[in-house]
Amino acid sequence: MSMASFDAKPTADDASRYHARKPMWRKVSHVVILVLLVIVALGLPFYLLVVTAGKDQKEALQLSLSLPTKWHLFENFGTVIRDGKMIPAFFGSIIVTVPSVLIALVLGSMASWILARRTTRAMSVVYSLCISGLILPPAVVTVMMLLKMIGLSGTAVGMICVYVGIYLSTVIFFVTGFIRTIPPSLEESARIDGASPIRIFFKIVLPLLGPTMASATILLILYIWNDVFYALFILSGKMDTLPLNLYNVANAGLYLNNWHLIFAYIILMSLPLLIIFAFAQKKIISGITGGAVK
Amino acid sequence: MSNATISPQQRLAEQRQEGDANRKALMKQNYPLRFLVPAAIVLFIFFFVPTVLNFIYAFTDWSAFKQTINFNGFDNFNALFKNGILVKDLGITLVFAVCEAFFQNFFGLILAVFLEEDTTLNRVARVLFFIPVLMSALAVGYVWQAILKNGGALDQVLAVFVGHAVKVSWLGSTTWSIVVVSAIQGWKWAGLAMLIYLSGLKTIDQDVLEAAQIDGASGWQIFWKIKFPLLAPAVTFNVATSLLGSMNGFDTVQATTAGGPGGSTEILNLFVWRTFGQGLYSQSTTMSLVLFIMVMIIAIPLIWYLRHREAKIL
Repeated sequence: MSMASFDAKPTADDASRYHARKPMWRKVSHVVILVLLVIVALGLPFYLLVVTAGKDQKEALQLSLSLPTKWHLFENFGTVIRDGKMIPAFFGSIIVTVPSVLIALVLGSMASWILARRTTRAMSVVYSLCISGLILPPAVVTVMMLLKMIGLSGTAVGMICVYVGIYLSTVIFFVTGFIRTIPPSLEESARIDGASPIRIFFKIVLPLLGPTMASATILLILYIWNDVFYALFILSGKMDTLPLNLYNVANAGLYLNNWHLIFAYIILMSLPLLIIFAFAQKKIISGITGGAVK
Repeated sequence: MSNATISPQQRLAEQRQEGDANRKALMKQNYPLRFLVPAAIVLFIFFFVPTVLNFIYAFTDWSAFKQTINFNGFDNFNALFKNGILVKDLGITLVFAVCEAFFQNFFGLILAVFLEEDTTLNRVARVLFFIPVLMSALAVGYVWQAILKNGGALDQVLAVFVGHAVKVSWLGSTTWSIVVVSAIQGWKWAGLAMLIYLSGLKTIDQDVLEAAQIDGASGWQIFWKIKFPLLAPAVTFNVATSLLGSMNGFDTVQATTAGGPGGSTEILNLFVWRTFGQGLYSQSTTMSLVLFIMVMIIAIPLIWYLRHREAKIL
């Protein structure tokens, strides 16, 4: 792709040469614009979220940007955890998300290995079918009916099956593309040493997939943890996840116009992903940027 | 007389055939299909079967109010077409998807270009702009509903600048609400588009940019003549995922307007969910099929075009 790879590796100094030429006034204006941008685009929503979550019902109703006269933040957290039944919903989310992501990753990467290495015409047809779910919307009503017929509707198992079915395409798309860029020579030498395909896949191929698997994991967690549409059809009424619970309670009597409670709920339900992101932020960003565009 | 005299060509062909057979056998041995089977089974049962069933049940009178399910041909399509919902919801979904793709990519690209340099401040800003991506679209919808409410937070901020009370019903217009909602969804996903554009910008050879700069190209020229064309793969990914993904949208619209005012923001999935809730399963399935077909019709030429464009540029 770039000729630079034939020359000496560009140093950090080298890479910033283009940017280093900017005059001082541009650097200052950059900072000023950036701060304004962050305040307008992010500051307003997040500030409103926090102050409203800290108010009592009467104050919150006005949705004003003023600070609460008295902070009720933790009181409100307590109310939503207790009355909003957040704890079962949290575990519901975990029970559905973790297996879905793991199963999709394992099955998807196994399939990808075969799809990437076998280059027959039939295989390319199978590959196209496998990644068609990347674009095509799942048939949500009939999948619901299918689950009813096999007795899995309203269960975590049924939900997991549906999520794996929906997001396998994403995993296969990312991983197959990545495996194709890995030369098969490593696998060949292991084969000469007499390793079985299972050993080769789990000991050699899978460890090489790190960065792509990381980005697929993040995307899947984002989609599944936050999903409400499919959960509404498949789990509604039988089991709760955090977004599903938010949807139900926001439409129910307890929360109607109780902005302080809705916002307290939103802060609490956003925390798990925010905490994970705070710790793995570098890995997540490089994972996504590495995976999406090659 | 012997018939063992085979021409060299024939022998070569035979050898090649043998080689092909060998290679196939090796492929089977080294890359066994049993690795592919579990994924294929799950995909088949939980993706392809429902999709096929969707094509069947859209042509029946399946509902919560009847014991039996009978085929009724194009009755569902006819009914939905005649009462105008089919065309209306299709149009709304399309407008929503196009606007959402525009906002997401516009915001994302601006952020990427603006935050391209690896300074500490830029890194912090990138992280901050990724926070909405992590939040549930439903939650984002509720927050923005509160901001945009009549006399809500945005009106109060504007009032400070204008000097008198402001009351705009941002989500109350039957024409503009869909655009406002798509902007909210664009706001939520802009951080992801930004990351992908950033990774595209990172692959651009710094020497080329420096050379252009030395030749006296302005920042504007460098962007449009060099950077933007080289972002083609990122554009393909971002445009395709945002456009096709938002056709399948639900959460943000449900949380902000729930289809209102007057059904003016009722995208297809909203109809699918509402009608399903009313027990009208076949109508719900029919619209789900309409969505499927629309996505397919748009996806194939769109992706073909974007790929073609990439190949032409790179």
